[in-house]
Amino acid sequence: MFKIVNKKQLNPVVVSMTIEAPFVARKARAGQFVILRVEEDGERIPLTVAGYDREKGTLDIIFQPVGATTKKLSMMNEGDYIPDFVGPLGNPTVFEKGKRYAVVGGGVGCAISYIVTKEIFEAGCEVDAIIGFRNKDLVILEEEFKSVCNNLYVCTDDGSYGRPGVVTKTLEELIVSGEKYDEVITIGPMIMMKFVCLTTKKYDIPTTVSMNPIMIDGTGMCGGCRLTVGGETKFACVDGPDFDGHKVDFDEAMRRGGVYKEFEKHAYEEACNLLNKEVAE
Amino acid sequence: MPNMSMTKNPIPEQPAEIRRNNFEEVALGYTAEQAIDEAQRCLNCKNSPCVSGCPVAIQIPKFLEQVVAGDFEAAYNIISESSSLPAVCGRVCPQESQCESKCVRGIKGEAVGIGRIERFVADWHNANVTEPPVKPEPNGHKVAVIGSGPAGLTCAGDLAKKGYEVTIFEALHKTGGVLAYGIPQFRLPKEIVAKEVANLEELGVTIHTNVVVGKSITIDELLDEGYESVFVGTGAGLPSFMNIPGENLNGVLSANEFLTRTNLMKAYEEGSKTPIRKGRKVAVIGGGNVAMDAARCALRYGAEEVYIVYRRGEEELPARAEEVHHAKEEGVIFKLLTNPVEIIGDENGNVCAIKCVKMELGEADASGRRSPVVKEGSDFGIIVDTVIMSIGTSPNPLIKNTTEGLDTNRKGCIVADDFGLTSRENVYAGGDAVTGAATVILAMGAGKNAATAIDHHIMHEGE
Repeated sequence: MFKIVNKKQLNPVVVSMTIEAPFVARKARAGQFVILRVEEDGERIPLTVAGYDREKGTLDIIFQPVGATTKKLSMMNEGDYIPDFVGPLGNPTVFEKGKRYAVVGGGVGCAISYIVTKEIFEAGCEVDAIIGFRNKDLVILEEEFKSVCNNLYVCTDDGSYGRPGVVTKTLEELIVSGEKYDEVITIGPMIMMKFVCLTTKKYDIPTTVSMNPIMIDGTGMCGGCRLTVGGETKFACVDGPDFDGHKVDFDEAMRRGGVYKEFEKHAYEEACNLLNKEVAE
Repeated sequence: MPNMSMTKNPIPEQPAEIRRNNFEEVALGYTAEQAIDEAQRCLNCKNSPCVSGCPVAIQIPKFLEQVVAGDFEAAYNIISESSSLPAVCGRVCPQESQCESKCVRGIKGEAVGIGRIERFVADWHNANVTEPPVKPEPNGHKVAVIGSGPAGLTCAGDLAKKGYEVTIFEALHKTGGVLAYGIPQFRLPKEIVAKEVANLEELGVTIHTNVVVGKSITIDELLDEGYESVFVGTGAGLPSFMNIPGENLNGVLSANEFLTRTNLMKAYEEGSKTPIRKGRKVAVIGGGNVAMDAARCALRYGAEEVYIVYRRGEEELPARAEEVHHAKEEGVIFKLLTNPVEIIGDENGNVCAIKCVKMELGEADASGRRSPVVKEGSDFGIIVDTVIMSIGTSPNPLIKNTTEGLDTNRKGCIVADDFGLTSRENVYAGGDAVTGAATVILAMGAGKNAATAIDHHIMHEGE
């Protein structure tokens, strides 16, 4: 059992939790993920590592309720226990000293962008962060980002805060204005990552994406997370989750992400109904 | 006077037309009378050829003798001396190619139904004996076991009985390995696996689930933490795909994924939280036990048509004859000497058909099996909405990649000697991680051998 030692609401929809998980915390690195279950007979879902404290033996996860499991997880509180929590899985994000990076995050993916940016920055690299949200109310981790990057660009789709428009707009403006990046790392919704890659491709900037497909075990056993990268089938769990974004078949990956959509929609609605009932009673 | 009936007592089974709609166990097991009657067919041969056919050398005629005498607990104790998982082996061992293949009664007529009697004895014990096993005196030595499948459970059990402080590390949230995620409820009820694991815990074995050795902790760290030996029983869990066009379409999945969702995650239960692909027309590619399991699960989810597509012929099917027979009875359609060359999708990226070619058998290959050769111009299609790939699995490279000096072969299997010792001192391995995908009983045999070797090494260290 894994204790929730801290819970914070980062914005109206995004939740941050700190979990006591010494086995995971002592090895976790940016870019890796954990798999958890919130109840007996519940589904196993992957969540990317959002932070860790090796001394305290804790690991941070940041998520937005999108399915039945994350919905239930979001209703859990400090002092509650998560029955299953395993990791760290997948490979850490790779970066090289001396290179200049731009990390591009979107929505809840900014939580992961944060720890990636932090690791790169603390390793002595130059790094700019471009983080995008739908509107002002959804902005998360702005203060935290400021201390772990050289330049921070906050964007909102509706222009209610920071730079107006989607992250690719700012990214392209920066590139055009003469900013030189050796590599772009992007983490967020699949569609955003696809467009970041299309943008960087134009300027021939190597780009790494963090994939988050459907998976069960996270150790290479189910093959549910397979995707096509440069014409070859890869397993996101063991070969990734980071891949060369210019080689990923995003359309296939997005299609595969919807394999269990009908079931998930139903389960989510059911979870909502159940929880509403509990609240009402 | 032995029972000279030429045939085995048939084992009561759920009728095919009923069981194809449920996940309950197919075979219902012998009654005490049937078990005794069957055990009486044993001639008690002096040289016991059956024992030589058993990978863990269960003293078969001796336990059958006790069954005949009606002392089922004595029979259980005899089996337990050699096997830690009798209720499992009585169900999933390929007895027809092991103990029963050597039975003298099989020369004229049918062999003694050893597996069925073993199953009866184990079930009788589990139903009637409630007192926990006696906890052995601790001997002060610590051993780590990686993986809680048949190899790991056996190795852990044997060492615990000798007084070792054994800790099992399991990557999944539940113990049992392939017994839990791979073999369906209708062949091996999960309660039986849970019972065997509970027995181990009563013997003093500690189990940590949710620990991926190679990620959460490495073998070297385990050795540094004071474990004197490490046994690697991590199985062969990595599914192979065919690398044909269309394999990443929606509706193509590995048997591992399909079976894990079904068996480990209980997708078949009413109100289950695990999504599952319920195809109307399903093709399972492959001819092994796993393929049969996947095909029969697909039927149970309500598929109208389920095909086994296998590139060799009936004779070459690697699955147990009994499983093939059960699958056929339940209505699985066998497309033999058939190989898929492409999976075809609709405009939304969902599977809608497979394109196949007919095969014929040519010369025998290195494995002694005749290689299938494509019949030119024999392309044809099968309309399906789901394709389950069941063409084999290989060991997970996680341990190899994180353990320096641990040798593996070309296929990624860990290299170990007859006693399970690997290229690394104090690191032993056995089961599918060493042999590639094989049987439960072979894995148990390997776990057993390694336990003996580990014990010998620790007890004689420094001599």
